Amino acid sequence: MKKSAKSYTRSFLLWEIFVGLKLTLRYFFGEKITIQFPEEKTPLSPRFRGLHALRRYPNGEERCIACKLCEAVCPALAITIESEPREDGSRRTTRYDIDLFKCIYCGFCEESCPVDSIVETSLSHYHFEARGENIMTKPMLLAIGDRYENNIAKEKLADAPYR
Amino acid sequence: MIKQGILFLLPLIWIVIKIVIVLVPLLVAVAYLTLAERRVIGAIQVRIGPNRVGLWGFGQPIADAVKLFFKESISPTAASRKLFIFAPVISLAPALAAWAAIPFQSGWVLANINAGVLYILAMTSLGVYGILISGWASNSKYAFFGAMRSAAQVISYEIAMGFALVGVLMAAGSANFTQIVLHQHGGFWHWYWLPLLPLFVVYWISGIAETNRLPFDMAEGESEIVAGFHVEYSGMGFALFFLAEYANMILISALAALLFLGGWLSPFEGIPGLAFLFAWVPGIIWFVIKISMFLFLLIWIRATLPRYRYDQIMRLGWKVLIPVTLVWIVLLSIAILTHLPPWFN
Repeated sequence: MKKSAKSYTRSFLLWEIFVGLKLTLRYFFGEKITIQFPEEKTPLSPRFRGLHALRRYPNGEERCIACKLCEAVCPALAITIESEPREDGSRRTTRYDIDLFKCIYCGFCEESCPVDSIVETSLSHYHFEARGENIMTKPMLLAIGDRYENNIAKEKLADAPYR
Repeated sequence: MIKQGILFLLPLIWIVIKIVIVLVPLLVAVAYLTLAERRVIGAIQVRIGPNRVGLWGFGQPIADAVKLFFKESISPTAASRKLFIFAPVISLAPALAAWAAIPFQSGWVLANINAGVLYILAMTSLGVYGILISGWASNSKYAFFGAMRSAAQVISYEIAMGFALVGVLMAAGSANFTQIVLHQHGGFWHWYWLPLLPLFVVYWISGIAETNRLPFDMAEGESEIVAGFHVEYSGMGFALFFLAEYANMILISALAALLFLGGWLSPFEGIPGLAFLFAWVPGIIWFVIKISMFLFLLIWIRATLPRYRYDQIMRLGWKVLIPVTLVWIVLLSIAILTHLPPWFN
């Protein structure tokens, strides 16, 4: 490849390097896109799939009817359900465990649920400190649902027009 | 007897005090240069950079130093232990010793030696032994590659740098830094950057190569040879290499300011109103401002350019920089012989 006199002159005068320096200087003075995490957070979609929760009806009755569709659809086999009839004759779960180590957060359980009971909330900052804490039991899931019901309902509402 | 002993000790103590006065601000500057580099590179990459420790991240260098201090210093079983520990010292000591000949202001110099430029050249060349020894003593192939690359590179660029300095010596007619600066008297357009512009550029390029900074950081080359000569180092050994690198950066910038930008001279000299307005500013302030400018340029270049390929580095050093300096030295001697105004009359 033969270089022209012009290209030699340009490379000798460091032309391209000055062009590059000009570009980086523009970014130096430009606006920064850093999100300063604990104080600032990135926007979340209402469809974000984070920690699971079991919801209740407004009258306090738990929604889950132990149809086991979520258990059947779960591709990671993370959900374990046992059920028996309650005193009033309705079918309820006696055990509803989700193993968060197995869970792949695909959201199929939420999609399959006929009564909108199992949902994935937008909670993503949680941790385990001891072995076994990765198994979410029914009371834990219900507690999360009770605590964040307002938030969950808002997100469901925001997403409803697109379903 | 006691009186004589005190008389003998006093100059020694006075020298130690002077050394401390120079080195403590230098080491603080080194610490905060690491922060400045991270912040500037962050800004160029549209990030913020470290701003969590203390106000605006000013505690970051201290936190880094404390962390490195408490880390275990590991020396590999196959390493040559004594040399392995000695290498970081060898690389830091000349970087600090070189400051003895740097004048911060008229008369503010530890050793006002006549061969100041030669002394500094010698000291900066000694620094490469630290890299060589560390590479050899680590007994690791990556460290060895780094050392080999660094040795070849520093030798190649020292020639170009030496020739660029020869130009300055010719123009000033002295190798004493104070004399060189005083010869540039007369304001911004009298400084040597203008008549020696090609030598200035060559000096700066080879200065970057001497300090093993990007785009010439072949000795480290993270993407090719992990971290080059300091792969095997941890804790304080690693910290000393870092100190040496950053002290060398400041040294190269200080040299550029002294030799080409008039050292501690005010840029407003000879301009009627402004010269009077800024007459109260002490020279050392101008010197520090000039050094900071060059340091920013170093970091800016690092954030802009990718690493050179090894054969390209050699080609640039031998086939471009050395011929340019040779041609300019000839032109310069003609200019000096004909007393070309306004610089050489």
